[in-house]
Amino acid sequence: MTVPQRHPEHAGHPGTGHDGHDGPRRFARIWSRTVYPATQTSLTRAELEDFLHPLAVRLGEALHAHPFSPAPGREIGRLLVTDAHCTSPDALPHILGVVESYLVLYSERSGAADEAPAPLGVDEARSRCARLQHAIAAGFTRAVQERTLAEQEALSRAALAAQAAVEEALHASETRFRAVFKDATLGIGIADMNGRLCDANGALARMFGRSEEEMRRRNINDWVHPDDAPEVWRLHRELAAGRRDHFRVEKPYQRPDGTVLWTNLTVSLLRDAEGEPRYQLALMEDITERRLLHLRLRYEATHDELTGLPNRTLFAERLERILGSSGGVDRFGLCYLDIDGFKAVNDSLGHAVGDKLLVAVAERLQSCTTAPAHLVARIGGDEFAVLLSDPRGTEEVTCLARSLLAALATPVSVDGRDLSVRASIGIVEGATGQREPAEVLRSADITMYRAKDAGGNRFALADPDSEARAIDRHSLTNHLPGALERDEFFLEYQPLIRMSDGRVDGAEALVRWKHPVHGRLSPDRFIPLAEHTGLIVPLGRWVLEQAVTQACTWADGEPLRVNVNLSPRQLHHPDLVRDTIAVLEAAGVAPSALCLEVTESALISADEDELKPLWQLAELGVDIALDDFGTGYSNLANLRKLPATTLKLDRSFTRGLQCHPADPVDVTFVEGIVSLAHALGLAVTVEGVETESQADQLRRLGCDTAQGWYYAAPSSPGEFAKDWTRTG
Amino acid sequence: MERPAWAPQGIDLSVPSVSRMYDYYLGGSHNFEVDRQAARRAVEAWPGLPKVAQANRAFMRRAVRFAVQQGITRFLDIGSGIPTFGTVHEAAHALDDRARVVYVDNDPVAVAHGRTVLSGDPRLGTVSADLRSPQDVLEAPEVEALLEPGEPVALLLVSVLHFVPDRDEPRACLAGLTRQLPPGSLLVLTHASSESGPRRDGCAALREVYDAANAPLVTRSKSQIQEFFEEFETVEPGLVPVPSWRPDGPPEREDPVVFCGFGGVGRKAGTAA
Repeated sequence: MTVPQRHPEHAGHPGTGHDGHDGPRRFARIWSRTVYPATQTSLTRAELEDFLHPLAVRLGEALHAHPFSPAPGREIGRLLVTDAHCTSPDALPHILGVVESYLVLYSERSGAADEAPAPLGVDEARSRCARLQHAIAAGFTRAVQERTLAEQEALSRAALAAQAAVEEALHASETRFRAVFKDATLGIGIADMNGRLCDANGALARMFGRSEEEMRRRNINDWVHPDDAPEVWRLHRELAAGRRDHFRVEKPYQRPDGTVLWTNLTVSLLRDAEGEPRYQLALMEDITERRLLHLRLRYEATHDELTGLPNRTLFAERLERILGSSGGVDRFGLCYLDIDGFKAVNDSLGHAVGDKLLVAVAERLQSCTTAPAHLVARIGGDEFAVLLSDPRGTEEVTCLARSLLAALATPVSVDGRDLSVRASIGIVEGATGQREPAEVLRSADITMYRAKDAGGNRFALADPDSEARAIDRHSLTNHLPGALERDEFFLEYQPLIRMSDGRVDGAEALVRWKHPVHGRLSPDRFIPLAEHTGLIVPLGRWVLEQAVTQACTWADGEPLRVNVNLSPRQLHHPDLVRDTIAVLEAAGVAPSALCLEVTESALISADEDELKPLWQLAELGVDIALDDFGTGYSNLANLRKLPATTLKLDRSFTRGLQCHPADPVDVTFVEGIVSLAHALGLAVTVEGVETESQADQLRRLGCDTAQGWYYAAPSSPGEFAKDWTRTG
Repeated sequence: MERPAWAPQGIDLSVPSVSRMYDYYLGGSHNFEVDRQAARRAVEAWPGLPKVAQANRAFMRRAVRFAVQQGITRFLDIGSGIPTFGTVHEAAHALDDRARVVYVDNDPVAVAHGRTVLSGDPRLGTVSADLRSPQDVLEAPEVEALLEPGEPVALLLVSVLHFVPDRDEPRACLAGLTRQLPPGSLLVLTHASSESGPRRDGCAALREVYDAANAPLVTRSKSQIQEFFEEFETVEPGLVPVPSWRPDGPPEREDPVVFCGFGGVGRKAGTAA
């Protein structure tokens, strides 16, 4: 389009300035004012007036032209449409109305009279004006018609072009979709609502080992597999009924070659525009390999490499599931088995033999149970477990334990060597949903050790009392080391009475534990534990120090001899001699003020090397007493080889002398030992003297010293000093 | 299953198109009977509509002229509709024939028409995109070619934001378009409003017509429209009824019906690079 430039002189408001002489300008101003509201032009009012001015000039010229022609009217009508965008039919009356009223008036010739033709007559002017209006109307109408047709055609073309572009894009999109479908590594299948497969891509066909064409004859409802998860077909029914839009499962399929295809399957419901289910879309990922790998890894993680049995992990999982209240199991039974003396096999015959033995044991154990609900597992080392779901009472579990032991009874042949296998079994049986796996395992373990302590090759049933004791032992053992640091031990002293004059000959130091929870504990509660854990060595040294130091405080001129017990482990400790001498020297006490009590059983098995430290101490002047004499089946002939100076007769011999008259056998026995001891130059001390007649009897039998409640119970150092020493 | 975003939308010529209705208001014939029916009903509901359309066009011309005077030669016209007469490039080229214009519309027919009419002029481009996806607009090759770092742009959103309902987050869309524009860029905006002018009935009947068309009409209050200028500082006289913005002649000569929307031009703050 053309936008007429405004003449500078017309920049002002129309109707002002010197254009009053200019008829066409006036005409254009009126024309513009009238037509503007009826147009959709993008011109401003001023621009429209400027546009109309030349048209007004041309109209004026046409009116007066000689010869007259209405043709310019057509052109002006056309320009009004094409350039001023007066396209509305409503504009035409306005356009023509101004021409009718003002054209003749504002186009009077004002130029030189000689150049101008004769003025038109009124009628002629009216007639010409009317014909010009007809021409304008014709030009306008033709232009509107042409413009309308042109725009309609342009629009149709544009619509077609747009449609074509959309179709092209759709086609491209279709092609892309097809490519996605065809080349996807994911198997894609589309089935109708009856399950008939309408389309399957290459990946899906390859997974199934069939051609795409073959796939299209299939019905997905036929693809039932025995290993289908129970919910698969329920989910599928829901989807087919339109109640579910998608689901995802792991699903197996049978391949024509007999192998199984495992897939990660996602099924989606495709609905039509009305929301009605139309198709089912299945996306499948082949996870056969991954699943196998997973199963293998899972198997490896849950099975023992050596025996192939389920391992501790799987056992723990199963135990947890069974014990859980949601496991659907009411009772459980557990046989916890440990091979007796397996360490000896490993140590003497080597690990290879040990491993073969374990494999054989595993096979035998497994042969005892065929029920799938029973799990035989290797817990680790030489420990095995058999877990039963819903046993018919304790009998079934003990029966199984018996058959386990029986299965192991026949010697195992390893590398041509027959090895007899013994085992101890702890049995726990009970209701599920009450105890934690860890509790059950601890109970089984404790019970198994009870069977072992009872001699092994047997089973024991869990029982709360013995468990409580075992747990107690366990807790004491744990607290022992700290007890020494916390100064929870203390000593009591029991006097040793010379039978000849009834005077005090010495004192036995006895250790006690003031436990913060359990209170005062006697040595039989903790000395075996200390011996077992090795704490006996520092504890023993402490007792020795305390006792010797105490003896000094009582010493008034002549120190009182003090008896201190020495455990087997202390006896074999390399620092025994050095420590003992150090303690004696530190206290400034003569070795003869100390008597070390060693049990008969500890000395019997000792060879000469092991006796050396005792000999050294004896040579220094330390007394050595043979404690609990008579319980160790010792060869009396050996007594000469021992560094002992005193025999302490076990209380079991003196018990028969408590009553009156005394048991004649015991009397004879004690008499014999006393004479034997005296013959070897040993003194005899009797323990457990509780009655006067007993004391009299023993004195008559020639015993040298005595100890027991008849004289005094063990007491604190203070009380002891008060009762038995001159300083007290 | 939903169609992916990259799949093309179909064309449904049985649904009235707001750009073809606009063409009808402007006396054009780039419209089908279904568009004209809707447009006639709209005019019946709101008799001044053709004059409003014309006033918007006039505003756009004045704003373009202003932009060229500010030295801007790059124009991005979004929601341009069917280019017939009184277009941005006509107005711009009248003052500076180097001016470059890219027209963007989401109506495939309007875009196809624009491509036919405007092809051959290297200064002009036509893009099919939707302002509700600013990234699509900005990543169109024609727009990428138009935008150059440090070169201010006039972004025209004339009579278009009132077709974006709040759920489409028009402010976020606008921010997406203007974020990268250099300082000194202009935002040219007009928006239908029921707050000014003689009609205060909420344009219910008019909205009904547009609800059946391919975009709903959302009128907004002046302050809501002002919020679109967030990043821009409006130049004198600010956000005003469309005919009152820097008028060529005395605005009181306008038909009162056209004072029914607001228009303004904002300048992006900051110093031009």
